Amino acid sequence: MKKIISTILCTILTVCLVFVLGGCSSKTKLFVYNVGDYIHPDVIDMFEAENPDIKVVYELFDSVEEMYMKVSNGTSPYDVAVPSDYMIEQMIDEGLLNKINFDNVPNYSNVDSNMRNLDFDPTNEYSVPYMWGTIGILYNKTMVDEPVDSWDILWDEKYKDNIFLFNQERDMVSVALKKCGYSMNSDDDAELSQAEAALKEQSDLVKAYCGDEIKDNMINGGAALAVVWSGDAYFCMEQNPDLAYVIPNEGSNLWFDCMVIPKTSTHQEEAEKFIDFMSRPDIAKLNAEYIGYSTANEKARELLADDVKNDKMRYPSLDEDFMSKMEIFAYNKSRNAKLADIWTRVLNS
Amino acid sequence: MKKTFFKKFFENIYLFLMFLFLYCPIAILMIFSFNNIKSTSNWGGFSTKWYAQMFSDDALLEAFANTITIALLASVISCIIGTAAAIGIQGYRSKRLKGVINAVTNLPMVSSELVMGVSMMMMFLTVNIPLGYFTLLLSHITFCIPYIIVSVLPKLVQLDTGIYEAALDLGAKPLYAFRKVVLPEIQPGIISGLLIAFTLSIDDFVISFFTTGNGVNNLSIYIYSSIKRGVNPMYNALSTIMFVLIAVLLFVINRRSSSKDNSSVIIPG
Amino acid sequence: MFKKSLSYPHLIWMVIFVIAPMFLIFFYAFTTSEVDGETVFTLDNFAKFFEPMYIKILLNSLKIAVISVVVCILIGYPAAKIIADKDRERIAMGKKTTGLLMMFVMPMWMNAMLKLYAWLSILQPDGFLNTFLSSIGLPEINIMYTQAAVVLGTVYDFIPFMILPIYSVLIKLDNSVIEAAQDLGANKFKVFYKVVLPLSLPGVVSGITMVFLPALTSFYISDFFSGGKFMLIGNLIEKNFKNPVGRNFGSSLSIILMIFALLSMRVTKVFNKSNRQMSMY
Repeated sequence: MKKIISTILCTILTVCLVFVLGGCSSKTKLFVYNVGDYIHPDVIDMFEAENPDIKVVYELFDSVEEMYMKVSNGTSPYDVAVPSDYMIEQMIDEGLLNKINFDNVPNYSNVDSNMRNLDFDPTNEYSVPYMWGTIGILYNKTMVDEPVDSWDILWDEKYKDNIFLFNQERDMVSVALKKCGYSMNSDDDAELSQAEAALKEQSDLVKAYCGDEIKDNMINGGAALAVVWSGDAYFCMEQNPDLAYVIPNEGSNLWFDCMVIPKTSTHQEEAEKFIDFMSRPDIAKLNAEYIGYSTANEKARELLADDVKNDKMRYPSLDEDFMSKMEIFAYNKSRNAKLADIWTRVLNS
Repeated sequence: MKKTFFKKFFENIYLFLMFLFLYCPIAILMIFSFNNIKSTSNWGGFSTKWYAQMFSDDALLEAFANTITIALLASVISCIIGTAAAIGIQGYRSKRLKGVINAVTNLPMVSSELVMGVSMMMMFLTVNIPLGYFTLLLSHITFCIPYIIVSVLPKLVQLDTGIYEAALDLGAKPLYAFRKVVLPEIQPGIISGLLIAFTLSIDDFVISFFTTGNGVNNLSIYIYSSIKRGVNPMYNALSTIMFVLIAVLLFVINRRSSSKDNSSVIIPG
Repeated sequence: MFKKSLSYPHLIWMVIFVIAPMFLIFFYAFTTSEVDGETVFTLDNFAKFFEPMYIKILLNSLKIAVISVVVCILIGYPAAKIIADKDRERIAMGKKTTGLLMMFVMPMWMNAMLKLYAWLSILQPDGFLNTFLSSIGLPEINIMYTQAAVVLGTVYDFIPFMILPIYSVLIKLDNSVIEAAQDLGANKFKVFYKVVLPLSLPGVVSGITMVFLPALTSFYISDFFSGGKFMLIGNLIEKNFKNPVGRNFGSSLSIILMIFALLSMRVTKVFNKSNRQMSMY
């Protein structure tokens, strides 16, 4: 009996050691930090196959804020991260990003020229655009009769318990600011408190404030209206033809998610290799097709199916008329704390 | 007579309803893991494709491997430390000292998991140990040790120290005497403790949530972050396997303890 | 053979991984780091807690925890009593126990995330429950993203922790006490009310302590079931620790939570003591 037990224990321990040691192979570990569902599942394998001495450790975050915290903690050696515009501005400001050596990223030339040198990285030294899009209203045509063209519909009593919103302070306060007729980046206390009041008033009508659950709920007809990112909207509309996506007339947010190299990186060159790989037209096309978001890669866009690349909703022409309605989030340090406080008050009102 | 019949009848109905409440969700979960379509509410025929998909999901397999290796390492290491500690604790004569040590031992069991998790996380961050596999292992060993001590101590109390001394008198070396005389006596306690520690480690979410990082996940954390992205029968398949695994472990633990006395169901948390 | 030194590794381990971290929490709770990186002593982290918003969160999570505990008692007590009665009867006849208890406490060993997921897939708007209800022609129930859903999740997760301690007290109940009461002319209700219930209270109380604290802190349950519309104190702690600037406040919240834990243990102890004295008469 004892012999059997000790044999079993020994075997188990050996297996453990093999597992543990197997983890520490001689390969360079490249830590990539991205939001969930934001890459084609095969792309990592393809990259590893082309670069056999690199092992990618792919980690997910729930929100850009979470990513920021982990990077600023400095305890996790992330090499590549995918934050949004305002966060890139903040991270540049706080010295949390490394400059990218663009000589190692020749595929940067594939990026749409409209999406270079944007305000958050004006000289384009730190970021390589990955995906972009808008914020708008996704609605179910069978449940909403009237035309949807304004944020006001999210305050309509008729749709009580039929509205899903983001659990993200920046996006939701911005929507409320737009509804009240102000700039999304407003830092005016009076305007912000008006937005807060609007959000509190709205909270009775809201079914839930959440994240990715919105997609499932909209696809399954769980609610009539939701605020979503354009990419998620296309994904849902493909699953459920009753859904439609609208950018309200008051205007909305235009956002860019870019690949950056955080200060925590210990493998700058490998990170640049990865960013270059992700910017290759064939890879960017795979990602764009899988995720359903609008790719910032012009060459990849040309490879997409005709009905996708010519879709006005998905790839609006960035002309003056469109751009005059849209705003890109700007970073403002003192405002961040205000937004967080507003949001906690709204959620617990 | 009639009255007791009705009473029995209602009692059994009540137990049956409770049983349904407890097990229906799990049964439904398991059934839909064999669904042919990607739904957890409509039946689309029998298939095992979600199991196949599960075994081709690298992130999941890695989380599974982490869970198992952490559970094995943590239970074995905590078993060694815990058994030694239990023997040592018996050596304290002073009641007050014994009380203090018992309080320290019980601390992880009585304080909230949440507080345990965040305090350990703060410690790792303060001394600059990067969160990951190693910190996860350390935290699991920490919450396993007390359960080992608690299950070994009673056996030591029952132990007749006279046999050990007799062995020494007959010329046995202390270690030899320990192995031949003491160990067989306390072995049931050690093995129950080991199994409890293993089960607790496999199941833990709250403490792991705070003490891991850098892409190292265990199954609980993997499930937590995945189901945020919506239901998928693949997680049903995973749950089914986890459930069966835990059920088998419990069966073994229960068989072991019920052969001694019938009231020793062990409480985690 | 009982060398004291054998316990040293354990004690050192506990000091490093349990006691030191607790002190660290105390340290953070009473300090704040200034802009220039200096750490200064402050009580602000505790003062912040008394802002109306946080008091509201505390009261709300207390409410949910209390409701969960009460529901656990209401449905767990009868179950524990029925099983204990059956088992006592069998023990009196010299037979083995029914094994029902094992069945009812087994779910406590199951992965909490797994149990949560089971309910999640059932309660979804198009989940099993509504599909089932509408297929037999009943109206749909939408409790997802309400307090009821959080209570349901909490009760499901922790009910075994209520059944078990109540059972372990009831099983030790002396049959002769009940018979004596009956002989003295007490009816069934009176026997339960005057004899069984008081004697089983220690079990109920330790069940409460085992359910109450986890119900306050299980942030993962309200994460999924509250739809972000309200928070528990556990969520607040989790949120603050995820954010480097929130750690001081998070630490003070943890201490407040520890005080709750200690208080509830104190209450249990006092209660059990007085009860033991009572039962001596």
